[in-house]
Amino acid sequence: MQINATLISNKRIGQYHQLIINIGDLAIDCKPGNFVAISVGGDSSRMILRRAFAISRTSISATFGGTMELIVAAHGQGSRWLCEQSEGVSLDVVVPLGTAFGIPTESLPVLLVGGGYGSAPLFGLAEVLNARGCRVDMLLGASTGTKIYAPMEGKRAVNSLRIFTEDGSMGQMGRVTDPIPDLIADLNIAVIYSCGPMPMLGAINAITSKVGVVHQAAVEEAMACGVGICMTCVVPVADSIGAISMLRSCIDGPVMDGALVQWDKVGRAL
Amino acid sequence: MTSVDFSTTLGNSWFPSPIFTASGCASSGRELAQFFALHDIGGVVTKSVMNKARTGRQTPRMAETPSGMLNSIGLQGPGIDAFIAKDIPYLIEEKARIIVSIAGETIEEYSTLARKLRGVAGISAIEVNISCPNVENRGLVFACDADASRRVIDGVRRTIGGELPIIAKLSPDVTDLVSIAKGVVDAGADALSLINTVLGMVINLETMRPHLGGKTGGLSGPAIRPIAVRAVYQVHEAMPSVPILGMGGISSGRDALEFIAAGASAVSVGTASFGNPTALISIQKELKELLAIKGFTSLRDAVGFAHRDQAAD
Repeated sequence: MQINATLISNKRIGQYHQLIINIGDLAIDCKPGNFVAISVGGDSSRMILRRAFAISRTSISATFGGTMELIVAAHGQGSRWLCEQSEGVSLDVVVPLGTAFGIPTESLPVLLVGGGYGSAPLFGLAEVLNARGCRVDMLLGASTGTKIYAPMEGKRAVNSLRIFTEDGSMGQMGRVTDPIPDLIADLNIAVIYSCGPMPMLGAINAITSKVGVVHQAAVEEAMACGVGICMTCVVPVADSIGAISMLRSCIDGPVMDGALVQWDKVGRAL
Repeated sequence: MTSVDFSTTLGNSWFPSPIFTASGCASSGRELAQFFALHDIGGVVTKSVMNKARTGRQTPRMAETPSGMLNSIGLQGPGIDAFIAKDIPYLIEEKARIIVSIAGETIEEYSTLARKLRGVAGISAIEVNISCPNVENRGLVFACDADASRRVIDGVRRTIGGELPIIAKLSPDVTDLVSIAKGVVDAGADALSLINTVLGMVINLETMRPHLGGKTGGLSGPAIRPIAVRAVYQVHEAMPSVPILGMGGISSGRDALEFIAAGASAVSVGTASFGNPTALISIQKELKELLAIKGFTSLRDAVGFAHRDQAAD
């Protein structure tokens, strides 16, 4: 659905902005892993494409009705414009988009792994999994501590949260993938949910493919439209008989079965 | 406000509205149908289909540029057999008017595609894409060569017979567009699509290499609109009786009217749908209102208006 939605709150949290946008009853349809596409720059902008953001959380309140939360890092022209918008402005939003994370039908031990800017939707996912009775453990990683998004209230839904930075400025020094093999064995992990840069997702899959753990990965690829018409955001994915095709991460993803994504062929011609 | 006769024709095909999707910017229609009914616009020009399934180029496939974007898809698609089996029946069910865009690597491939489409019911026209810039070898861009362009259209015309309108889609990246346009019309094209994307490149300053996986890409969006309006104007001036489907950066009703005044009988909306999935509907509404405001009772009266003598006003 394409709607005009009111920005009801814009708060800076460290390197990020937390935006709360009123989307009415559409909030009910938004699941962890879904994303939105927002017009940026105003009517006379030279930026002609929408910007896509993962929905980190939704809520239904008596005061505002249905709202969604976006965690946005102002690192490009479009996201900078969005972070500069004041409360009360109307935004042109297409929501919800994409395929969401699959939630297990029974309570299983699960591990959530996030990298850099991409970790925000994992907190909304943790709440859903927690409500399903799953034991949820989380790992977050980034090159440096200022790129870690870990809100205090987000920790309520997780059993443990460990942070890894490559420069050691927050948490432990090292890569977020380092402890995964031990955690899988110690906690009997059944599913890994991941979002973040493609090389990190590929590294996680190299681990899960050896031990037969289900890997639901939210992939990242540059997209122009977000609705499936431009064919730019494709990822090489195998089908059940092994034939590889380029699937659109906007509609066949962003959440994909990590075991079927051809990680070594990402960014290469087939 | 007076009502405007909004209908148009391309060859012997009639359309209730001159607003079409642009090939490669609407996939095969299903995705946009979530936002509006496909029969509410003039027609759906499908993504160029080749004889065999094709995976296309490596990512990154796009780069946003000032008032435009580069794409480097490389004609990813299901192949003609799957397209005829799955996509055409869907579009017919949706009551869309269908213009099938075809692309080939050889002159024979275009004829093969025409042969497979010849017996398919429910198609309003065939757009022959001889100008996709995203191919391995620039020598394969038929529309850059007058003789190759003619031979492709001649092969399609002979195969398809005389009924179905053929629209040849041309590239602006040529020295003499009018001579190429004349060549394909002589070979049997009923109409022309102007323009395909303009070949471009972006260098990524982090890697200091071309940003796109395919290195070069096709530039689209408002950045190329004046080039497209010029192309339509020049070709209409040379061949006023040949209908033109105009496209290149149309994102409003006023943009569409520029193309129509330059000589287009209909227009395709492409990149605007990426930024706004309901762009076709708003452009259609704006154009209709604008024609009425300007006192036109029929779209046809506005086609090529910019070529009239001032004294005739």
